[in-house]
Amino acid sequence: MRNSFLIILIAAFAWFMYDIFSEYQTQEQLNKTAAYYNSNEPSEAGAANVVTAIVVTYRGLDTLGEVTVLFLATLIIGFILKNKAEKIIDSKYKTSEILETGAKVLVPGSLILGVYIFINGHLTPGGGFQGGAVIGSAIVLLLLADPNKIVSHKLMNFIESTSGFFYVVIGILGLIIAGGFLDNRIFPLGKLGSLISAGAIPLIYSFIGLKVGAEISGIVNNINETELTDKL
Amino acid sequence: MKMELFKLILIIVLAVIMLASAVYAVVSKKTVSAVLATGVISLLASVIFLMLASPDVAMTEAAIGAGLTTFLFFIIIRKIEKQDDAK
Repeated sequence: MRNSFLIILIAAFAWFMYDIFSEYQTQEQLNKTAAYYNSNEPSEAGAANVVTAIVVTYRGLDTLGEVTVLFLATLIIGFILKNKAEKIIDSKYKTSEILETGAKVLVPGSLILGVYIFINGHLTPGGGFQGGAVIGSAIVLLLLADPNKIVSHKLMNFIESTSGFFYVVIGILGLIIAGGFLDNRIFPLGKLGSLISAGAIPLIYSFIGLKVGAEISGIVNNINETELTDKL
Repeated sequence: MKMELFKLILIIVLAVIMLASAVYAVVSKKTVSAVLATGVISLLASVIFLMLASPDVAMTEAAIGAGLTTFLFFIIIRKIEKQDDAK
């Protein structure tokens, strides 16, 4: 009974996907919006990576919404999971030598890679979310190698809230100085393709990267510190 | 043209491997192998995204799908094992 229901569900999904993709045609040209972004972005936003300019400037409000959703998720996870003031040190637990040594080598590199990705968000692929996720993975690896490691909640919360605050402050500055909320032209645009260019985009993306990294690390840290009980 | 054909074949091969590992993740009796299989799906998906000229999405998929989720699953598996040991 349950299996036949599943098969019907999968068949319906397959039919649904077929319906979408049977009419798919490769576009020869960019559509109107994409063509606008492609031709006007270098003079308007000045970022070498058009995707970043769209995410941070043209659709900046949506990005703020995304960051808010992630913040709420962190908040709810922190609320549901038990957060003990003191951490129980489990000295019995030993991870393998390979994992410990590998983590020692990989964690600093991953942290630097994450920072590199979000600082160069306006030049190379990637940006705040990707860099933040890489930082988060580094913290997960750290906790996987040594579960008793203490990652400060206070520091994470501080980084998270200050970068969120300054993100909104830059947005409001754009409203006052430049053309609108989260407008990047509060600083000069600079030369296309250099590190300090594209106005406020590198600054905003750095704040997003720090915020996302701190949030993901906070979630992982909460999960790591929670003792499973029968109630949960 | 030859390059296009090569790309198409490579994408099809990757898609088949993805499907196979998805089935393996469902069928497998070992939790650890199932988690690794889901990580493989995300990793290959990010390769496909890269070949379809969207490196930004590929980076997100690799960092979150292949890295973060897999590691997080391992932390939770260890927690559950520890709890079972305590009982």
